[in-house]
Amino acid sequence: MGKRVGMEVGIAAAEAVALCNIDVAAVYPITPQSHIAEHLADIVHDGRINAEFITVESEHSSISACAGASAAGARVYTATSSQGLMLMHEILPIVSAMRLPVVMGNANRAISGPLNIWNDHTDIMPQRDCGWICMFAENGQEVIDMTIQSFKIAEHPDVMLPIVLNIDGFQLTHMIEPMEFPSQAQVNRFLPPRKPFVALHPDNPISMGCFNMPDIFTESMKAKETALRNSKKIIVKIWNEWGKLFGRHYRPVETYKAKGAKTLILTMGSMGETASVAVDEMRKKGASVGLVKMRLWRPLPIEELRAAIKGAKTLIVMDRAISFGGAGGPVATDIKSYLFQDKSRPRIVNYIMGLGGRDVTVDDFIAMTKKAAKKKEDTFEFYGVRE
Amino acid sequence: MIEIRWHGRGGQGAVTSVEMLAMAAIEAGKYAQGFPAFGPERRGAPVMAFNRISEKPIKIRSGIYRPDVVVVLDPSLVGLVNVTDGLKPGGVLVVNTSKPASEIRKVLNYKGRLYTVDATHIAREELGVPIANTTMLGAVLKATGVLALKDLSAPLAERFGRLAIKNVKALKRAYDGVKTAQAA
Amino acid sequence: MKKKKAVSKKWPEKWQEVNPGCMVFIPGNASALHTGSWRAQRPVLDIQKCIKCGLCYIFCPEGCISEDSEGFFKANLDYCKGCGICAHECWPEAIVMVEEEE
Repeated sequence: MGKRVGMEVGIAAAEAVALCNIDVAAVYPITPQSHIAEHLADIVHDGRINAEFITVESEHSSISACAGASAAGARVYTATSSQGLMLMHEILPIVSAMRLPVVMGNANRAISGPLNIWNDHTDIMPQRDCGWICMFAENGQEVIDMTIQSFKIAEHPDVMLPIVLNIDGFQLTHMIEPMEFPSQAQVNRFLPPRKPFVALHPDNPISMGCFNMPDIFTESMKAKETALRNSKKIIVKIWNEWGKLFGRHYRPVETYKAKGAKTLILTMGSMGETASVAVDEMRKKGASVGLVKMRLWRPLPIEELRAAIKGAKTLIVMDRAISFGGAGGPVATDIKSYLFQDKSRPRIVNYIMGLGGRDVTVDDFIAMTKKAAKKKEDTFEFYGVRE
Repeated sequence: MIEIRWHGRGGQGAVTSVEMLAMAAIEAGKYAQGFPAFGPERRGAPVMAFNRISEKPIKIRSGIYRPDVVVVLDPSLVGLVNVTDGLKPGGVLVVNTSKPASEIRKVLNYKGRLYTVDATHIAREELGVPIANTTMLGAVLKATGVLALKDLSAPLAERFGRLAIKNVKALKRAYDGVKTAQAA
Repeated sequence: MKKKKAVSKKWPEKWQEVNPGCMVFIPGNASALHTGSWRAQRPVLDIQKCIKCGLCYIFCPEGCISEDSEGFFKANLDYCKGCGICAHECWPEAIVMVEEEE
């Protein structure tokens, strides 16, 4: 097993990428992702890895450069955050439609306006429908592990899709904590060089990103949707392989003291750990509370989620984003639509919380759980808003 | 678990202090977190940084509101910032100051455990600059016993290279020279 | 995933037949589409007036004009869409557009 080190998680993310034998990185710096960009640039500059670091003039260019490099058969990485991700938006569905295995780290941060640089999930939610595999890390160790796994998943011949790994801005990126790195030899065994399905090359001309007339566009979309749904099987397979090798197990839906619990809290990202402390405290006082954590957001692992919440009376969904004028937070909205026709399902209490860096403490989770117990029906509301 | 809040001014190295302390604790086999008060860097403005150190894995990822230890890196912050805010009963306050403890107590209306050291003076003599962040680590170790003095050597060597020797010397002087004023 | 063989149909019938990422594996297969059928007028070259300057070749947006063994530039009518740009640019007026029906 690798050495245990204390390190900032943003730096660790760049170090994890360096272990993955990448060919090209095109990264434009933005708070709170900058340490990833800067450290990766250092690693390439110092000659520690044999890769091209493309200093682009914007995020629109960084993702476009990644798409081109990936089409040429390279293993590519980019990272961004908030407004940077919004600027990439135009290109994101193209990367997935072209089936290019780009890996992106997204240091989650609120989107403007008003301008705010702190953590929430409002940047990734507008990208939800772009056809990327979308997953969330909960701590520094998961950032390292999931970054390495992402290349293997994305490049798998039955997947060939881009992945965005969400790393909560500041809460994770700027945290110094203990982590373990696998050795270079271990990563090399787990992640051999990319074998592209096809690659752009003058000796073997092909066309990528072709125009679709109405006669074929619907079929293309169905093929893309099916590819994304089918990727779950491979994701689980690769996570299982990782678990066997490193003893750290990854599942689409993680649970903590959830079995038989009457009330379940559902989180995504770094706040899951804080919520687990709240669950412990409430359990000490005899409350029947558990925790469900969605690691995989797209494709949405509904079978695993149904199994995790079976028998619960109340499901408290924590959304760090909102669909303005819509049915609530994006996570709760999706889950509600899936469970709509189920004969028995928990009451869904949806809190919009933790926006733009508003801290969410153990006490907050306990307070939300107490409030939720009084609800008689499905609700959605802001938590912690001053009024 | 011990929670520490550092008060400094932007550019004085409060974040470096929490980094050194967290890395040293992790190196010593403990679990630790080190993080800034998240936001843009603002040179000269009052800033905070935080540490959590524990024998067990740390799950909490929210801010620190009820610290066990408060460290004040810059003497001018006493009275300007409410440094004792939320400090646990029985907690420790460690202040970089040239003034006597009684004066600090009076300004802060604070009766708990207090440690003072003139870290700026030590830093000026040992490092040639009035940057007291590494020096104050020595006072914190003495005041809290959270780590041994030797645990800091490796992280300091990695961060400061050949300047590490001077930093270690300054740190040791603060460790030996910190004055305790028992709870009044 | 296997590469699919050349598809002779205009469109894949089923979504399962769509190549990953809608990739096209046959280089130059656009030549199978004879855009000459879109043409309403065709360019006719008067070799008495032609000075072999090649302006028509440069301006042809379809790239269907090429130089023959005698140095004249002639449009390949399999692909010429009849846009008339060559005739418009030909300053000695050697190219005229003629209705296809005639």
